Amino acid sequence: MPATTYIEGIAIWSPQLPGWEDAQRILRGEVPVPQATPLRPTPALLSPNERRRAPDTVAVSLEVASKACAHAGRDPACLPCIFASTHGDIAITDYMCQTLVHTPDLLSPTKFHNSVHNAAAGYWAIATGCMAPYTALSANRYSFGNGLLEALVQVQSDDTDILYVAYDTEARGPLATMTPSTGRLGCALVLSPNQSDNTRFALHWQTLEEDIPQELTATEEFAPLVAGNAMASCLPMFVALSGTGSRVVCAIGPMLALELTVEPTVKPTVEPTVEPPGRTSVQTAE
Amino acid sequence: MCRVIAVRWRCYRRQEACNYSGTYVNQPSTNIPGYPAPRPTPRPVPQPIAPLRINAYTACSAAGRGRDATLEALRSRTAGLSENDFGPHPFQTYIGRVSGIEHDALPEHLIHWDCRNNRLAWLGLCQDGFVDAVAAARERYGTSRVAIVMGTSTSSIGATEEAYRNLDGEKQFPTHLRNPVMHTPHSTGQFLQSALQLTGISVTVGTACSSSAKVFAQAERLIRNGLADAAVVGGTDTLCDSVLFGFNSLDLVSDDICRPFDAARNGISLGEASGFALIEREGHGPWLLGYGETSDAHHMSSPHPQGLGAQRAISDALARAAIAADSVDYINLHGTASKKNDEVEARLVADMFGHHTLASSTKGWTGHTLGAAGILESVITLLALENEIAPGTLNARQLDPVCGAQIRIENTDADLRIGMNLSFGFGGSNCALLFGRSA
Repeated sequence: MPATTYIEGIAIWSPQLPGWEDAQRILRGEVPVPQATPLRPTPALLSPNERRRAPDTVAVSLEVASKACAHAGRDPACLPCIFASTHGDIAITDYMCQTLVHTPDLLSPTKFHNSVHNAAAGYWAIATGCMAPYTALSANRYSFGNGLLEALVQVQSDDTDILYVAYDTEARGPLATMTPSTGRLGCALVLSPNQSDNTRFALHWQTLEEDIPQELTATEEFAPLVAGNAMASCLPMFVALSGTGSRVVCAIGPMLALELTVEPTVKPTVEPTVEPPGRTSVQTAE
Repeated sequence: MCRVIAVRWRCYRRQEACNYSGTYVNQPSTNIPGYPAPRPTPRPVPQPIAPLRINAYTACSAAGRGRDATLEALRSRTAGLSENDFGPHPFQTYIGRVSGIEHDALPEHLIHWDCRNNRLAWLGLCQDGFVDAVAAARERYGTSRVAIVMGTSTSSIGATEEAYRNLDGEKQFPTHLRNPVMHTPHSTGQFLQSALQLTGISVTVGTACSSSAKVFAQAERLIRNGLADAAVVGGTDTLCDSVLFGFNSLDLVSDDICRPFDAARNGISLGEASGFALIEREGHGPWLLGYGETSDAHHMSSPHPQGLGAQRAISDALARAAIAADSVDYINLHGTASKKNDEVEARLVADMFGHHTLASSTKGWTGHTLGAAGILESVITLLALENEIAPGTLNARQLDPVCGAQIRIENTDADLRIGMNLSFGFGGSNCALLFGRSA
């Protein structure tokens, strides 16, 4: 018997899917995939200085987290959140391992505390003043599904709204041969136990004890948009949310899957009439 | 009792005053034209949970391999810390090193997982009949119904460091370290799934030093919502250059042995550990009574000056366990021996708990084992409850005047029914756990 959770906010960012408004049109095939693309989002949540200093993982996750909260009309300072990432910040791991070989005493303290898997979640909490619980998870290639499952479970357990954020960034150095990941990809959902005026979709979910490969039929056409990024398994869910599908099966282990069915609840009556928010972030990194 | 209620009321009041009032670094894009106006989400009020049984538990650290050795070290006040001799560039400090792992390779069928972190995980699994207890649970519920929730800070990054020291001419990893999963945060979680022959949920919590405390909360949710019938929770973190030089770069490492809550403390001693617990609805073991998880929303590597996040984590744990602060007999504190942490934590304990509550940091025995601290110190808390001994604070000579009557240097023999473990991590992540004696 599937459980039901409600989706209030949706966000995605990758160089070729720069914001949910644009991404929906691209995923519906209404507009071509943009050619000139930004390399990195510029989250408005951070001051220009912090934006410049922020690691890619922080930039991309804060961008989608704040856009999803805006989409949901939820104050981020109140939302418990789950952050999932396959590798965390591989660029920093590469930096640390390189530095430790010859000059361990020169290790940067800032890079060190930014190397923790919960750095993005920590910065989000600081930037929004959010003292609600957060967690940071990884489950290797099943990270998206396991993070989403924990988000759904928390909605149900604590009868609360939840912000779910998943991201991965580019692998660097020798580590890239072991944990390849290209580009920057982040996505976020605001989930709620109750239906409200802001509900966009009902999400029915259950786990299946089956060995199910990632179901990509609906997304084969779009897979190249994020292929190579370690969080690429998020895409089928967002293709479904763009209105071109309804059922997604997301592997959460070698023998376990999460079956997700999305059902639009209300037609979004108010579409942004002004410059869509995705656009505001479409600038190359400073 | 009145005092407790007053304290809790004051805590909640203070939380309300400060709660959710954080200012944005920059006004965020939450009010975008065409999007709905932002509404607050009410703070979820933690509801009492049905307690769960901890039917097997064990830990391995510098204090000892397994429960008996750990208990003996606690009783005899034998520190496991020694002068730093780790890695190619050891600097002056003390470490809690588990000796002998270098010579304990994994069994043949698991050899492709071989690295220091997985060796310590395996060593932990092999203590106190833990593997057999999991096998019995696997039989009872099926391989897919026993979840694995592991906590770690650096996982097997030591193997990645080793690979970088030994890159071949083409900047490739040496052959024996070319196991991709070994270089990801989920390394040990996936190793455990293989070692314990489980096929259910397997996930890693990476919230730095609160990681393997938060695993209890996540497992409780999985079991309560029917996604698992049992869960193996725990964590492993091993010494590596990343943490030794990383913490040293932040000036948090002592050149002396760590002295938690001492007036003259000057930093932490790093350590390594692995620990595990098997959680089920039924059984005969001690209880998991409650948990609280919060965020400081203050600083990446420094605690909230008033310990506001930690205070809320404690309140939430008490609410989930439906008990008053007065009922807590022993608290195993985070007590890293860093200036800031111990000061904030000592004030908090003095403010929230009565004089009869005993509290201590056991990091003088083990060092700060980072992502494994939550499980190691939960196991020590369970040992304290089951053996009626509240460990004191090893190496502390004169307590900081900020400490209340709760924090003890010496061990105390006492009838302990309810114990609490506190774990705090970088990124302002806090977790409080409450445990109850089995009978």
